[in-house]
Amino acid sequence: MLSVRALEVLYGRAQVLFGVGFDVPGGQVTALMGRNGAGKSTTLKALMGLVPPASGEIRLDGRRVDGWPPYRIARAGLGYVAEDRRIFPDMTVAENLEVGRRAPADGRAPWTVAEVERLFPNLADLRDRRAGQTSGGEQQMLAVARTLMGNPRLLLLDEPSEGLAPVIVQQMAAAVRALKAGGVTVLLSEQNLRFAGSVADRAVVLEKGAVRFDGAMAALADDPALRHTYLAL
Amino acid sequence: MDFVAVQFLTGLASACALFLVACGLSIIFGVTRIVNFAHGSFFMVGAYGAYSLSGALMPLLGGLGFWLALPLAALGVGLLGALVEVAVLRRLYRSHELFQLLATFGLVLVIKDAALITWGPQDLLGPRAPGAAGAVTVLGEQIPEYDLVLIALGPLVLAGLWLLFHRTRWGVLVRAATQDREMVGALGVDQKKLFTGVVFLGSALAGLGGAVQIPREAANLNMDLNIIAEVFAVTVVGGMGSIAGPFLAALLVAQLNAFGILILPEISIVLLFLVMAVVLVLRPQGLLGRKELAGSATHGAPESPLRPEGWTLGLIGLAVLLALAALPLVAGGYQLSVASEILIFALFAASLQFIMGVGGMISFGHAAYLGLGAYAVALSVTHWHAPMTGALALAPVAGALGALVFGWFCVRLSGVYLAMLTLAFAQIAWAVAFQWVGLTGGDNGLLGIWPAAWASAPAAFYWLTLGLVAAAVLLLRRIVFAPFGYGLRASRDSTLRAEAVGIHTRRQRWYGFTLAGAFAGLAGGLYAFAKGSVFPEVLSIPMSLDALVMVLLGGVQTLAGPLVGAAVFDGLQTWLMSETDYWRAIVGAGVVALCVAFPRGLVGNLRALQESRRDTPAVSEEGASG
Repeated sequence: MLSVRALEVLYGRAQVLFGVGFDVPGGQVTALMGRNGAGKSTTLKALMGLVPPASGEIRLDGRRVDGWPPYRIARAGLGYVAEDRRIFPDMTVAENLEVGRRAPADGRAPWTVAEVERLFPNLADLRDRRAGQTSGGEQQMLAVARTLMGNPRLLLLDEPSEGLAPVIVQQMAAAVRALKAGGVTVLLSEQNLRFAGSVADRAVVLEKGAVRFDGAMAALADDPALRHTYLAL
Repeated sequence: MDFVAVQFLTGLASACALFLVACGLSIIFGVTRIVNFAHGSFFMVGAYGAYSLSGALMPLLGGLGFWLALPLAALGVGLLGALVEVAVLRRLYRSHELFQLLATFGLVLVIKDAALITWGPQDLLGPRAPGAAGAVTVLGEQIPEYDLVLIALGPLVLAGLWLLFHRTRWGVLVRAATQDREMVGALGVDQKKLFTGVVFLGSALAGLGGAVQIPREAANLNMDLNIIAEVFAVTVVGGMGSIAGPFLAALLVAQLNAFGILILPEISIVLLFLVMAVVLVLRPQGLLGRKELAGSATHGAPESPLRPEGWTLGLIGLAVLLALAALPLVAGGYQLSVASEILIFALFAASLQFIMGVGGMISFGHAAYLGLGAYAVALSVTHWHAPMTGALALAPVAGALGALVFGWFCVRLSGVYLAMLTLAFAQIAWAVAFQWVGLTGGDNGLLGIWPAAWASAPAAFYWLTLGLVAAAVLLLRRIVFAPFGYGLRASRDSTLRAEAVGIHTRRQRWYGFTLAGAFAGLAGGLYAFAKGSVFPEVLSIPMSLDALVMVLLGGVQTLAGPLVGAAVFDGLQTWLMSETDYWRAIVGAGVVALCVAFPRGLVGNLRALQESRRDTPAVSEEGASG
């Protein structure tokens, strides 16, 4: 569904990604693994058009999308949930969802507020609460729900389990599995192997801005040497 | 008591236009993060537009024509704003805020000349409002009916805007973009259209503000800068990006004006200054504004550090100085007086570069300190018959004192807020000089300020100027590379880290601001003797703009830049003024083009080119070996 080839990204003069390439097959959950600073967040931002790639190709269903502005990439079917959530703090939860609302490009049934609230029941009681006054876990759920309101076919989740209480992490994992069952493709970045192992079909491991492993999640989970080298686990 | 009530109602009516313009500015800033200096120009065009439209429509439609002309004028100004967004602002969203401010300042000049060409120089008073031309009796006093219309309009617009921003999808998107515009784009919203729409709305509000004024105030070419200083004060007091904030502040400011005129008719604007001062000390973000995140105001790559020049550049500097000293051997009286003026502006620009480039404080009112120096000289000569040396020694003291007082407030702010406040202070200084006729002669200025006999020959005055300017500029550079200068640059680059190593950043910036004021004051003192007279124009916004353009031409982060910029700009302007009446529009268009094309100034861009040349061999070597 999504293919990345020879992706390079520079921040000023500092190069962060060195020829990253991998595929995200439709209907599956792919985990982008790696330590802090390995380039996971930068990869997702580049896919979304939030940082311009210096070179390389990003194809969505065979169509080049690198160099497009973020809004066009979003309309082409990518949804992005930022690591720091980036909800609109001075607006209500319902208004945050409204900003994300966008009709699906194809004829699929769109997500509704009722449906995202079924996925994240905590949000139902918070509709009129200012988003900045909700807890970290609620903000994470809101960020995912807001992006779902745009009916993405491929959801990019940047570190969805980071800094959350264990019970919320379990809810996020259940939500990711539910999304996959509903036909949404997911690419998530993660340092938490347990979380990634519980939801992902495939794993791509980044180290110092390059791909070191690309294969089944189970293969990564079963290889202690690989985990030790690239994930320090 | 009744009189007080009437004065109160008059204040409410005056608040209307102020609120409309200020809230338009605030809305545009909220989303685009650009402080639109041309907003006052939109207000002016709104007034002129309503004048012309009502003139055209009233013969056809009678009274209805007038009431139609007002929203139509607003609509037209909205479209003008949208055009400006597409043509200019859109290219500046990623630029440093200085260039955003300067480019919109350039637009002020272009629009002013366009208005002069379209409507001519004379004041145009609109018709009385049909159906509201009379007066009603309130508590035994006469109140114009039209004032009541304006009193009602403000809250109506406020309510309408509230509904727009809370009850429509477009409004919700705009509010979201105010908080995180990049994320709004990632959610699939086309920001370009959103931004154009927001600028349309904000400009239309300014246009409406101007349009509703025509029965009360004649449309004239000074409306743009007259209102912008007050509007800046209102938005700073109310809080940028908020809508209710400017409403409250406009009410407050208009009431102050209405009652201040009874107490201190000549300098009622000083009251405005006092309110602003109190609010800024208590709540720097304004009454209803949100705190800015630290460092969120600036964009762009960090500056590369300033390096002291090597021997070669020092020798070149010495050679230039010697050549300048030899100028009287070849040049005549007129050329020498032009050369003196260029030197004075070089010092003025260098003092501005010091607070902007080294101190990181963008001042849009630096002419205040030039003017204070000039008026110190002029007043001491005309009122006390002071000798030239004594008067000249007073000039930097006056500049420094002014900067000490104004700077105390200014250094509490940063970025665009600081720029707006410096401009407001300069406008206050201008208003005092303009209105206090008994002391300053007002618009007639102070005349007959000639140098002492020993310095009265063009060559002698030129040498005196050259000596003082060269000494002052060398001293400034010495300060830049002294511990004080390092501390100032550290405060500029990271307030937090500078504080962590023990620098009292606010005090550092305050002293820097004061120093710059002293040097500008000295330039002002010389300017007074060079011209032989002082007029309020020396304190005016266009004078501040000239200095900014000189610094921009030369490059903000280069020490030699302002000197080169002053020579190029003053030379160009002298030539343009002799060629055309519309030189302002040409300068303005040039400023806009410069901001869009050369965001680092002439010298700055040259140096960037040098640096990239220095870097490329390393890269190509790697390529060759690999």
